[in-house]
Amino acid sequence: MIQRMLAGGLIAGFAAGLFAALLHFAFVQKLILLGEQYETGALVHFAGSGEMPEAKGHDHGAGDAGPADGHGKNDSEGSAISRNALTVLFTTLIYAGYGLVLVAGFALAEHFGHKIDAQSGLLWGVAGFVTFQLAPAMGLPPELPGTIAAELGARQSWWLGTVVATAAGLALLSYGRGVLSALLAGALLAAPHVIGAPQPDAFWGVAPPEIGAAFAARALGVGLAAWAVLGWVAATLWNKKAE
Amino acid sequence: MHEGNAKAVGCDGKEKEMKAINHSAARTSTSLMSIVFVALVGATVLFVAGHAQSSTLHDAAHDMRHATGFPCH
Repeated sequence: MIQRMLAGGLIAGFAAGLFAALLHFAFVQKLILLGEQYETGALVHFAGSGEMPEAKGHDHGAGDAGPADGHGKNDSEGSAISRNALTVLFTTLIYAGYGLVLVAGFALAEHFGHKIDAQSGLLWGVAGFVTFQLAPAMGLPPELPGTIAAELGARQSWWLGTVVATAAGLALLSYGRGVLSALLAGALLAAPHVIGAPQPDAFWGVAPPEIGAAFAARALGVGLAAWAVLGWVAATLWNKKAE
Repeated sequence: MHEGNAKAVGCDGKEKEMKAINHSAARTSTSLMSIVFVALVGATVLFVAGHAQSSTLHDAAHDMRHATGFPCH
């Protein structure tokens, strides 16, 4: 039984992770690199208030991505390849983690007599997206490099609390009975946002808000697509092995 | 519980109906311990890839952390 969960979760996770990585490079990565150019000063958004930006070296040719995020990387072609390879690796790893948590959820639901099929798997995938990405993003939007956020430890705590409360709220909403459990579910879903995510004292990000907005929207879109694949594949494998 | 029918030939040469019955009771009795174990393995993977702040891990996972909305530096 453990093997069935581990194998199903990992296979579905790697498949969804590869899909997510594909979409990441199609839609998201270039915005990260663009944000980093503002972060490092290779591009300047506004030199002063009310003035048009003076763009330095505004071409996006190969190798012009600038140092990565101020972490001592340099973006020569070789390191760009290893950087992207690591992104693929960690994207599949993260989705493998999501996949394992998801099949543990399947097993728990089945334990209580609820059937999991491809259709409900798709819904589980969407619920996973809401739990792990959309709900946390309402307080802490995916950060473009070159934008500002509050202190890291506080944000991680809020992120974790939001994931746990949202998962519990959605499970209760889906499988609970009666008005009381629906009310409790609503309270759990709302609580993290009523409390509010830690915010910085002031905003002094150097990247243009237009890029930050596009980045956040695309990151969430990619997340939804990858989670839908994850839920569907995991549930299909789950049923196949049960037969 | 699944029932499958298969045609087989008996010693009298006539086709006999064979019924195979699989008891898949194990399917519904996934122990809570193994569920907790798998959930913990998944959570550990998520913590290491998404939250751990060792600088090697952080640099390697950087772009993915930003794109999946994990709080990053």
